[in-house]
Amino acid sequence: MKHRVVVTGLGIVSPNGVGVKAFHNAIKVGKSGVRFFPELEKLNFSCQIGAKPEVSEEQKRKYFSELQLKNFNSSGILYGVMAGMEAMEDAGIEAAGKDSEPLWDLGIVFGTGTSGVEKFRESVYLLDAGKVKRLGSTTVAQTMASGVSAYLGGKIGAGNQVTTNSSACATGTEAIIMGYEAITSGKAKQMLCGSCSDDGPVVWGGFDAMKVLTWKHNEEPERGSQPMSAAASGFVPGSGAGAMMLESLESARERGATIYAEVLGGNVNNGGQRQQGSMTAPNSIAVQRCIRSALESATIKATEIDYINGHLTATVKDPTEIKNWSEALKRKGSDFPYINSLKGMIGHGLAASGSMEAVSVILQLYHSFVFPNSNCEQLHPEIAEILDRERIPTELINTTLKTVAKASFGFGDVNACVIFRQNSN
Amino acid sequence: MTSEEIYAKLQPIIATYLPEDVSADNINRDADLTQELNINSAHLVDVVLDVEDAFDIELSNNDLETLRTVNDAIAIVEKKVKK
Repeated sequence: MKHRVVVTGLGIVSPNGVGVKAFHNAIKVGKSGVRFFPELEKLNFSCQIGAKPEVSEEQKRKYFSELQLKNFNSSGILYGVMAGMEAMEDAGIEAAGKDSEPLWDLGIVFGTGTSGVEKFRESVYLLDAGKVKRLGSTTVAQTMASGVSAYLGGKIGAGNQVTTNSSACATGTEAIIMGYEAITSGKAKQMLCGSCSDDGPVVWGGFDAMKVLTWKHNEEPERGSQPMSAAASGFVPGSGAGAMMLESLESARERGATIYAEVLGGNVNNGGQRQQGSMTAPNSIAVQRCIRSALESATIKATEIDYINGHLTATVKDPTEIKNWSEALKRKGSDFPYINSLKGMIGHGLAASGSMEAVSVILQLYHSFVFPNSNCEQLHPEIAEILDRERIPTELINTTLKTVAKASFGFGDVNACVIFRQNSN
Repeated sequence: MTSEEIYAKLQPIIATYLPEDVSADNINRDADLTQELNINSAHLVDVVLDVEDAFDIELSNNDLETLRTVNDAIAIVEKKVKK
Protein backbone atom coordinates (compact mmCIF):
# COMPACT_ATOMS: atom_id res chain seq x y z
CA MET A 1 0.00 0.00 0.00
CA LYS A 2 1.27 3.44 -0.92
CA HIS A 3 1.02 5.76 2.06
CA ARG A 4 -0.20 9.31 1.53
CA VAL A 5 2.22 11.98 2.71
CA VAL A 6 1.38 15.36 4.25
CA VAL A 7 3.27 18.38 5.55
CA THR A 8 2.73 18.94 9.27
CA GLY A 9 5.49 21.35 10.25
CA LEU A 10 7.51 24.20 8.79
CA GLY A 11 10.72 25.95 9.74
CA ILE A 12 12.90 28.56 8.10
CA VAL A 13 15.93 30.76 8.61
CA SER A 14 15.84 33.11 5.65
CA PRO A 15 17.72 36.30 4.84
CA ASN A 16 14.40 38.17 4.90
CA GLY A 17 12.93 36.52 7.97
CA VAL A 18 14.04 34.16 10.73
CA GLY A 19 11.19 31.89 11.72
CA VAL A 20 8.04 31.02 9.78
CA LYS A 21 6.01 33.96 11.07
CA ALA A 22 8.58 36.60 10.12
CA PHE A 23 9.18 34.92 6.77
CA HIS A 24 5.45 34.71 6.01
CA ASN A 25 5.07 38.44 6.64
CA ALA A 26 8.19 39.20 4.60
CA ILE A 27 7.22 37.35 1.44
CA LYS A 28 3.75 38.92 1.38
CA VAL A 29 5.27 42.37 1.08
CA GLY A 30 8.28 41.40 -1.01
CA LYS A 31 10.80 42.23 1.71
CA SER A 32 14.37 41.97 0.50
CA GLY A 33 17.08 40.09 2.36
CA VAL A 34 19.90 41.26 0.08
CA ARG A 35 22.57 43.54 1.56
CA PHE A 36 25.94 45.06 0.69
CA PHE A 37 28.91 43.41 2.44
CA PRO A 38 32.03 45.59 2.85
CA GLU A 39 34.00 42.37 3.40
CA LEU A 40 33.29 41.31 -0.19
CA GLU A 41 34.44 44.68 -1.47
CA LYS A 42 37.65 44.37 0.53
CA LEU A 43 38.25 40.94 -0.96
CA ASN A 44 37.89 42.28 -4.53
CA PHE A 45 34.65 40.47 -5.29
CA SER A 46 32.89 41.71 -8.42
CA CYS A 47 29.59 41.00 -6.69
CA GLN A 48 29.66 42.69 -3.30
CA ILE A 49 26.07 41.95 -2.34
CA GLY A 50 24.62 38.83 -0.83
CA ALA A 51 21.93 37.48 1.46
CA LYS A 52 22.49 36.14 4.97
CA PRO A 53 19.90 35.49 7.68
CA GLU A 54 20.20 37.89 10.61
CA VAL A 55 20.21 35.55 13.60
CA SER A 56 20.28 37.10 17.09
CA GLU A 57 22.31 35.62 19.94
CA GLU A 58 19.04 34.92 21.72
CA GLN A 59 17.68 32.94 18.74
CA LYS A 60 20.93 30.97 18.59
CA ARG A 61 20.77 30.11 22.27
CA LYS A 62 17.26 28.76 21.95
CA TYR A 63 18.72 25.78 20.12
CA PHE A 64 22.40 25.62 21.13
CA SER A 65 24.04 25.40 24.56
CA GLU A 66 27.08 27.52 25.48
CA LEU A 67 29.20 24.41 25.17
CA GLN A 68 27.87 23.68 21.68
CA LEU A 69 28.63 27.24 20.63
CA LYS A 70 32.22 27.00 21.90
CA ASN A 71 34.50 26.89 18.84
CA PHE A 72 31.39 26.61 16.67
CA ASN A 73 31.85 28.17 13.24
CA SER A 74 29.43 26.58 10.79
CA SER A 75 26.70 28.91 9.58
CA GLY A 76 24.93 26.20 7.58
CA ILE A 77 24.57 23.90 10.59
CA LEU A 78 23.35 26.84 12.69
CA TYR A 79 20.63 27.71 10.16
CA GLY A 80 19.75 24.07 9.49
CA VAL A 81 19.35 23.17 13.16
CA MET A 82 17.23 26.26 13.82
CA ALA A 83 14.94 25.60 10.84
CA GLY A 84 14.73 21.87 11.55
CA MET A 85 13.88 22.31 15.22
CA GLU A 86 11.28 24.95 14.37
CA ALA A 87 9.61 22.45 12.01
CA MET A 88 9.66 19.83 14.82
CA GLU A 89 8.03 22.24 17.25
CA ASP A 90 5.54 23.43 14.64
CA ALA A 91 4.56 19.80 14.00
CA GLY A 92 4.10 19.28 17.72
CA ILE A 93 6.55 16.38 17.84
CA GLU A 94 8.68 16.05 20.95
CA ALA A 95 12.28 14.95 20.89
CA ALA A 96 13.07 11.61 22.52
CA GLY A 97 13.96 11.84 26.20
CA LYS A 98 17.64 11.59 27.16
CA ASP A 99 17.39 8.01 28.35
CA SER A 100 14.50 6.93 26.10
CA GLU A 101 14.74 4.84 22.99
CA PRO A 102 15.13 6.87 19.80
CA LEU A 103 12.11 7.78 17.69
CA TRP A 104 12.34 4.75 15.40
CA ASP A 105 9.76 6.01 12.90
CA LEU A 106 11.24 9.49 12.51
CA GLY A 107 14.04 10.06 10.02
CA ILE A 108 15.92 13.04 8.65
CA VAL A 109 17.05 14.01 5.15
CA PHE A 110 18.78 17.35 5.51
CA GLY A 111 20.97 18.40 2.63
CA THR A 112 23.79 20.83 2.12
CA GLY A 113 26.30 21.75 -0.56
CA THR A 114 29.31 21.90 1.70
CA SER A 115 29.49 22.08 5.48
CA GLY A 116 31.39 24.28 7.90
CA VAL A 117 33.58 26.05 5.36
CA GLU A 118 34.67 28.71 7.86
CA LYS A 119 35.58 25.99 10.35
CA PHE A 120 37.47 24.25 7.58
CA ARG A 121 39.29 27.47 6.78
CA GLU A 122 40.38 27.85 10.44
CA SER A 123 41.56 24.25 10.39
CA VAL A 124 43.66 24.67 7.26
CA TYR A 125 45.62 27.52 8.87
CA LEU A 126 46.20 25.45 12.03
CA LEU A 127 47.23 22.38 10.05
CA ASP A 128 49.67 24.32 7.92
CA ALA A 129 51.23 25.71 11.09
CA GLY A 130 51.75 22.18 12.44
CA LYS A 131 49.06 22.61 15.10
CA VAL A 132 46.81 19.66 14.24
CA LYS A 133 45.99 19.13 17.94
CA ARG A 134 44.36 22.58 17.97
CA LEU A 135 41.54 21.35 15.72
CA GLY A 136 39.82 20.17 18.91
CA SER A 137 36.94 17.77 19.13
CA THR A 138 34.28 19.34 16.93
CA THR A 139 36.05 20.04 13.62
CA VAL A 140 34.94 16.73 12.16
CA ALA A 141 31.30 17.12 13.18
CA GLN A 142 31.17 20.66 11.80
CA THR A 143 32.90 19.96 8.51
CA MET A 144 31.53 16.55 7.58
CA ALA A 145 28.86 16.88 4.90
CA SER A 146 26.32 15.15 7.16
CA GLY A 147 27.07 17.53 10.05
CA VAL A 148 23.68 19.21 9.87
CA SER A 149 21.68 15.99 9.92
CA ALA A 150 23.92 14.62 12.67
CA TYR A 151 23.38 17.71 14.86
CA LEU A 152 19.63 17.52 14.23
CA GLY A 153 19.55 13.77 14.81
CA GLY A 154 21.11 14.23 18.23
CA LYS A 155 18.75 17.00 19.28
CA ILE A 156 15.71 15.02 18.19
CA GLY A 157 16.71 11.46 18.97
CA ALA A 158 15.75 10.32 15.48
CA GLY A 159 15.93 6.55 15.06
CA ASN A 160 15.09 6.10 11.39
CA GLN A 161 17.43 7.01 8.53
CA VAL A 162 19.39 10.20 9.29
CA THR A 163 21.27 11.43 6.25
CA THR A 164 22.41 14.38 4.19
CA ASN A 165 21.82 14.60 0.47
CA SER A 166 23.77 16.84 -1.85
CA SER A 167 22.78 17.77 -5.38
CA ALA A 168 23.92 21.37 -5.74
CA CYS A 169 21.04 23.82 -6.07
CA ALA A 170 18.47 21.02 -6.29
CA THR A 171 19.43 19.72 -2.83
CA GLY A 172 16.45 21.11 -0.89
CA THR A 173 13.80 19.92 -3.32
CA GLU A 174 15.51 16.55 -3.62
CA ALA A 175 15.49 16.17 0.20
CA ILE A 176 11.71 16.59 0.23
CA ILE A 177 11.29 13.98 -2.49
CA MET A 178 13.59 11.56 -0.64
CA GLY A 179 11.60 12.02 2.57
CA TYR A 180 8.35 11.58 0.66
CA GLU A 181 9.62 8.29 -0.75
CA ALA A 182 10.67 7.01 2.67
CA ILE A 183 7.14 7.57 3.99
CA THR A 184 5.19 6.50 0.93
CA SER A 185 7.07 3.18 0.91
CA GLY A 186 6.32 2.63 4.59
CA LYS A 187 9.93 2.81 5.82
CA ALA A 188 9.24 5.82 8.04
CA LYS A 189 6.23 7.69 9.41
CA GLN A 190 7.81 11.09 9.90
CA MET A 191 10.67 12.58 7.92
CA LEU A 192 12.24 15.94 8.71
CA CYS A 193 13.34 17.24 5.32
CA GLY A 194 15.25 20.34 4.41
CA SER A 195 18.55 21.85 3.43
CA CYS A 196 20.98 24.55 4.43
CA SER A 197 23.85 26.49 3.02
CA ASP A 198 26.84 28.23 4.57
CA ASP A 199 27.39 31.83 3.65
CA GLY A 200 30.29 34.14 3.08
CA PRO A 201 33.22 34.58 0.72
CA VAL A 202 34.50 31.01 0.87
CA VAL A 203 31.24 29.61 -0.53
CA TRP A 204 30.45 32.52 -2.81
CA GLY A 205 33.95 33.11 -4.23
CA GLY A 206 33.83 30.33 -6.79
CA PHE A 207 30.61 31.70 -8.24
CA ASP A 208 32.09 35.21 -8.38
CA ALA A 209 35.06 33.81 -10.29
CA MET A 210 32.69 32.16 -12.78
CA LYS A 211 31.05 35.56 -13.38
CA VAL A 212 27.61 34.12 -12.78
CA LEU A 213 26.92 36.65 -9.99
CA THR A 214 25.61 40.12 -10.77
CA TRP A 215 28.18 42.91 -10.38
CA LYS A 216 25.88 45.71 -11.48
CA HIS A 217 23.99 46.38 -8.26
CA ASN A 218 26.57 46.89 -5.55
CA GLU A 219 25.09 50.34 -4.95
CA GLU A 220 21.49 49.11 -4.77
CA PRO A 221 21.51 45.65 -3.18
CA GLU A 222 17.73 45.27 -2.93
CA ARG A 223 17.47 45.69 -6.71
CA GLY A 224 20.24 43.17 -7.31
CA SER A 225 18.29 39.98 -7.86
CA GLN A 226 16.05 40.27 -10.93
CA PRO A 227 14.57 36.90 -11.92
CA MET A 228 12.74 36.86 -15.29
CA SER A 229 13.69 40.48 -15.90
CA ALA A 230 15.02 41.84 -19.17
CA ALA A 231 17.86 43.31 -17.14
CA ALA A 232 18.73 40.11 -15.24
CA SER A 233 22.51 40.11 -14.99
CA GLY A 234 23.40 37.16 -12.79
CA PHE A 235 22.36 35.85 -9.42
CA VAL A 236 22.88 37.21 -5.92
CA PRO A 237 24.48 34.62 -3.61
CA GLY A 238 22.49 33.71 -0.53
CA SER A 239 22.27 31.28 2.36
CA GLY A 240 19.93 30.03 5.06
CA ALA A 241 17.85 26.92 5.66
CA GLY A 242 14.33 25.66 5.14
CA ALA A 243 12.70 22.62 6.70
CA MET A 244 9.44 20.74 6.67
CA MET A 245 8.10 17.79 8.59
CA LEU A 246 6.61 15.23 6.24
CA GLU A 247 4.35 12.64 7.79
CA SER A 248 2.09 9.81 6.70
CA LEU A 249 -1.53 10.90 6.56
CA GLU A 250 -2.47 8.17 9.07
CA SER A 251 0.14 9.35 11.56
CA ALA A 252 -0.88 13.02 11.15
CA ARG A 253 -4.56 12.13 11.67
CA GLU A 254 -3.81 9.98 14.71
CA ARG A 255 -1.94 12.87 16.32
CA GLY A 256 -4.54 15.42 15.27
CA ALA A 257 -1.75 17.44 13.66
CA THR A 258 -2.27 20.55 11.55
CA ILE A 259 -1.97 19.49 7.91
CA TYR A 260 -0.54 22.27 5.75
CA ALA A 261 -0.59 20.41 2.43
CA GLU A 262 -0.23 17.03 0.81
CA VAL A 263 2.84 15.92 -1.13
CA LEU A 264 1.33 14.30 -4.22
CA GLY A 265 4.56 13.14 -5.79
CA GLY A 266 7.81 14.20 -7.34
CA ASN A 267 10.69 13.28 -9.55
CA VAL A 268 14.45 13.62 -9.63
CA ASN A 269 16.48 13.04 -12.79
CA ASN A 270 19.63 14.13 -14.57
CA GLY A 271 20.37 15.54 -18.00
CA GLY A 272 23.50 13.42 -18.18
CA GLN A 273 25.52 16.50 -19.23
CA ARG A 274 24.62 15.43 -22.75
CA GLN A 275 22.93 17.31 -25.63
CA GLN A 276 22.88 20.97 -24.50
CA GLY A 277 23.40 19.92 -20.87
CA SER A 278 26.76 20.33 -19.13
CA MET A 279 28.20 20.70 -15.65
CA THR A 280 26.63 24.16 -15.49
CA ALA A 281 23.89 24.24 -18.16
CA PRO A 282 20.64 22.29 -18.13
CA ASN A 283 19.61 19.72 -20.70
CA SER A 284 16.12 21.01 -21.47
CA ILE A 285 14.85 17.61 -22.56
CA ALA A 286 15.71 16.26 -19.11
CA VAL A 287 14.11 19.26 -17.37
CA GLN A 288 10.84 18.74 -19.24
CA ARG A 289 10.97 15.03 -18.61
CA CYS A 290 11.50 15.64 -14.88
CA ILE A 291 8.44 17.92 -14.72
CA ARG A 292 6.28 15.46 -16.64
CA SER A 293 7.45 12.54 -14.52
CA ALA A 294 6.57 14.51 -11.40
CA LEU A 295 3.04 14.98 -12.74
CA GLU A 296 2.81 11.26 -13.45
CA SER A 297 4.10 10.43 -9.98
CA ALA A 298 1.40 12.72 -8.57
CA THR A 299 -1.19 11.24 -10.98
CA ILE A 300 -2.38 14.67 -12.04
CA LYS A 301 -2.80 16.42 -15.37
CA ALA A 302 -0.73 19.41 -16.41
CA THR A 303 -3.93 21.48 -16.54
CA GLU A 304 -4.34 21.06 -12.78
CA ILE A 305 -1.24 23.10 -11.89
CA ASP A 306 -2.34 26.51 -10.53
CA TYR A 307 1.03 27.82 -9.53
CA ILE A 308 4.72 27.24 -10.16
CA ASN A 309 7.56 28.15 -7.85
CA GLY A 310 10.42 28.35 -10.28
CA HIS A 311 14.14 27.89 -9.90
CA LEU A 312 14.58 31.21 -11.78
CA THR A 313 17.91 32.53 -10.56
CA ALA A 314 18.11 35.80 -12.55
CA THR A 315 20.57 34.58 -15.15
CA VAL A 316 20.32 34.12 -18.92
CA LYS A 317 18.80 30.69 -18.23
CA ASP A 318 15.50 32.11 -16.92
CA PRO A 319 13.86 32.25 -20.40
CA THR A 320 15.01 28.66 -21.02
CA GLU A 321 13.35 27.57 -17.79
CA ILE A 322 10.07 29.25 -18.73
CA LYS A 323 10.18 27.59 -22.15
CA ASN A 324 10.72 24.24 -20.46
CA TRP A 325 7.76 24.70 -18.13
CA SER A 326 5.60 25.80 -21.04
CA GLU A 327 6.54 22.81 -23.18
CA ALA A 328 6.35 20.28 -20.35
CA LEU A 329 2.90 21.47 -19.29
CA LYS A 330 1.74 22.39 -22.83
CA ARG A 331 0.46 25.67 -21.46
CA LYS A 332 1.13 29.27 -22.46
CA GLY A 333 -0.34 32.77 -22.60
CA SER A 334 -3.14 33.39 -20.12
CA ASP A 335 -3.44 29.64 -19.55
CA PHE A 336 0.01 29.50 -17.96
CA PRO A 337 -0.06 28.97 -14.16
CA TYR A 338 0.94 31.78 -11.83
CA ILE A 339 4.70 31.76 -11.42
CA ASN A 340 7.11 33.52 -9.10
CA SER A 341 10.65 33.34 -7.83
CA LEU A 342 11.65 33.86 -4.21
CA LYS A 343 15.15 34.68 -5.42
CA GLY A 344 14.05 38.22 -6.25
CA MET A 345 13.84 38.79 -2.47
CA ILE A 346 16.58 36.60 -0.99
CA GLY A 347 18.89 35.80 -3.88
CA HIS A 348 20.02 32.28 -4.55
CA GLY A 349 20.41 30.28 -1.36
CA LEU A 350 22.31 27.58 -3.29
CA ALA A 351 21.79 24.23 -1.53
CA ALA A 352 19.29 25.94 0.79
CA SER A 353 17.26 27.48 -2.02
CA GLY A 354 14.95 24.54 -2.74
CA SER A 355 13.87 24.07 0.87
CA MET A 356 13.41 27.78 1.64
CA GLU A 357 11.39 28.15 -1.55
CA ALA A 358 9.35 25.04 -0.72
CA VAL A 359 8.43 26.60 2.64
CA SER A 360 7.19 29.66 0.72
CA VAL A 361 5.13 27.34 -1.48
CA ILE A 362 3.42 25.68 1.48
CA LEU A 363 2.65 29.07 3.04
CA GLN A 364 1.08 30.31 -0.21
CA LEU A 365 -0.94 27.12 -0.56
CA TYR A 366 -2.13 27.11 3.05
CA HIS A 367 -2.84 30.84 3.30
CA SER A 368 -4.15 31.32 -0.28
CA PHE A 369 -1.85 33.90 -1.83
CA VAL A 370 0.81 34.38 -4.48
CA PHE A 371 3.72 36.50 -3.31
CA PRO A 372 4.88 39.37 -5.53
CA ASN A 373 7.83 38.95 -7.88
CA SER A 374 10.52 41.47 -6.93
CA ASN A 375 12.54 43.46 -9.45
CA CYS A 376 10.62 42.17 -12.44
CA GLU A 377 9.03 45.32 -13.84
CA GLN A 378 10.65 44.82 -17.25
CA LEU A 379 9.85 41.26 -18.24
CA HIS A 380 12.44 39.50 -20.38
CA PRO A 381 11.12 39.66 -23.99
CA GLU A 382 11.56 35.93 -24.58
CA ILE A 383 9.48 35.24 -21.48
CA ALA A 384 6.84 37.79 -22.52
CA GLU A 385 6.40 35.84 -25.75
CA ILE A 386 5.46 32.70 -23.84
CA LEU A 387 3.06 33.86 -21.15
CA ASP A 388 0.85 36.76 -20.21
CA ARG A 389 2.32 39.42 -17.97
CA GLU A 390 -0.37 38.97 -15.32
CA ARG A 391 0.83 35.39 -14.76
CA ILE A 392 3.99 36.87 -13.23
CA PRO A 393 2.47 39.11 -10.55
CA THR A 394 4.48 41.97 -9.12
CA GLU A 395 1.83 42.67 -6.47
CA LEU A 396 0.48 40.31 -3.82
CA ILE A 397 -2.45 38.26 -5.11
CA ASN A 398 -4.96 36.68 -2.75
CA THR A 399 -6.23 33.56 -4.46
CA THR A 400 -6.90 29.94 -3.61
CA LEU A 401 -4.29 27.58 -4.98
CA LYS A 402 -5.10 23.92 -5.23
CA THR A 403 -2.22 22.14 -6.93
CA VAL A 404 1.28 23.57 -7.27
CA ALA A 405 4.69 22.60 -8.61
CA LYS A 406 8.12 23.43 -7.23
CA ALA A 407 11.28 22.68 -9.17
CA SER A 408 14.99 23.17 -8.61
CA PHE A 409 17.87 22.63 -11.01
CA GLY A 410 21.58 22.56 -10.34
CA PHE A 411 25.19 22.04 -11.35
CA GLY A 412 25.80 18.50 -12.49
CA ASP A 413 22.66 18.77 -14.67
CA VAL A 414 20.46 17.73 -11.72
CA ASN A 415 16.70 18.33 -11.76
CA ALA A 416 14.06 17.91 -9.07
CA CYS A 417 10.34 18.67 -9.19
CA VAL A 418 7.76 18.13 -6.45
CA ILE A 419 3.98 18.52 -6.54
CA PHE A 420 1.97 19.72 -3.54
CA ARG A 421 -1.80 19.93 -3.10
CA GLN A 422 -3.97 21.91 -0.77
CA ASN A 423 -5.15 19.74 2.10
CA SER A 424 -8.69 18.62 1.38
CA ASN A 425 -9.09 16.41 4.45
CA MET B 1 52.29 27.06 41.90
CA THR B 2 50.51 25.16 44.68
CA SER B 3 48.17 22.29 44.08
CA GLU B 4 45.39 24.45 45.53
CA GLU B 5 46.09 27.23 43.01
CA ILE B 6 46.10 24.77 40.15
CA TYR B 7 42.80 23.26 41.31
CA ALA B 8 41.20 26.73 41.51
CA LYS B 9 42.29 27.47 37.96
CA LEU B 10 41.11 24.08 36.66
CA GLN B 11 37.58 24.31 38.02
CA PRO B 12 36.14 26.84 35.56
CA ILE B 13 37.77 25.00 32.66
CA ILE B 14 36.15 21.72 33.67
CA ALA B 15 32.83 23.45 34.35
CA THR B 16 32.67 24.60 30.72
CA TYR B 17 32.43 21.01 29.52
CA LEU B 18 29.89 19.69 32.01
CA PRO B 19 26.64 18.45 30.50
CA GLU B 20 23.64 20.66 31.24
CA ASP B 21 22.32 18.35 33.96
CA VAL B 22 25.57 18.28 35.95
CA SER B 23 26.25 21.16 38.32
CA ALA B 24 29.72 22.63 38.87
CA ASP B 25 29.21 21.80 42.58
CA ASN B 26 29.94 18.19 41.67
CA ILE B 27 33.53 18.99 40.81
CA ASN B 28 35.97 17.67 43.41
CA ARG B 29 39.56 16.50 43.32
CA ASP B 30 38.65 12.83 43.18
CA ALA B 31 35.95 13.15 40.53
CA ASP B 32 36.43 11.10 37.37
CA LEU B 33 35.96 13.47 34.45
CA THR B 34 34.01 11.19 32.13
CA GLN B 35 32.57 8.59 34.51
CA GLU B 36 31.36 10.85 37.33
CA LEU B 37 31.16 14.32 35.83
CA ASN B 38 29.76 12.86 32.60
CA ILE B 39 31.99 14.96 30.37
CA ASN B 40 31.74 13.63 26.82
CA SER B 41 34.99 11.74 26.28
CA ALA B 42 35.42 13.52 22.93
CA HIS B 43 35.66 16.80 24.88
CA LEU B 44 38.71 15.67 26.87
CA VAL B 45 40.91 16.89 24.04
CA ASP B 46 39.27 20.32 24.35
CA VAL B 47 39.84 20.33 28.14
CA VAL B 48 43.49 19.62 27.45
CA LEU B 49 43.75 22.50 24.95
CA ASP B 50 42.22 24.89 27.49
CA VAL B 51 44.56 23.62 30.23
CA GLU B 52 47.54 24.15 27.94
CA ASP B 53 46.45 27.72 27.29
CA ALA B 54 45.69 28.48 30.94
CA PHE B 55 49.03 27.22 32.29
CA ASP B 56 51.15 27.83 29.21
CA ILE B 57 52.27 24.21 29.08
CA GLU B 58 52.06 21.40 26.56
CA LEU B 59 50.63 17.97 27.25
CA SER B 60 51.89 14.85 25.52
CA ASN B 61 49.88 11.90 24.26
CA ASN B 62 51.13 10.00 27.34
CA ASP B 63 49.78 12.70 29.66
CA LEU B 64 46.41 12.41 27.98
CA GLU B 65 46.41 8.66 28.60
CA THR B 66 46.86 9.10 32.35
CA LEU B 67 44.16 11.76 32.62
CA ARG B 68 41.09 10.32 34.37
CA THR B 69 40.31 12.43 37.44
CA VAL B 70 40.68 16.03 38.50
CA ASN B 71 43.62 14.95 40.67
CA ASP B 72 45.30 13.46 37.59
CA ALA B 73 44.96 16.81 35.89
CA ILE B 74 46.44 18.62 38.89
CA ALA B 75 49.37 16.18 38.97
CA ILE B 76 50.07 16.61 35.27
CA VAL B 77 50.02 20.39 35.53
CA GLU B 78 52.17 20.39 38.71
CA LYS B 79 54.81 18.33 36.94
CA LYS B 80 54.83 20.59 33.87
CA VAL B 81 54.84 24.01 35.53
CA LYS B 82 57.68 23.00 37.89
CA LYS B 83 59.94 22.20 34.99
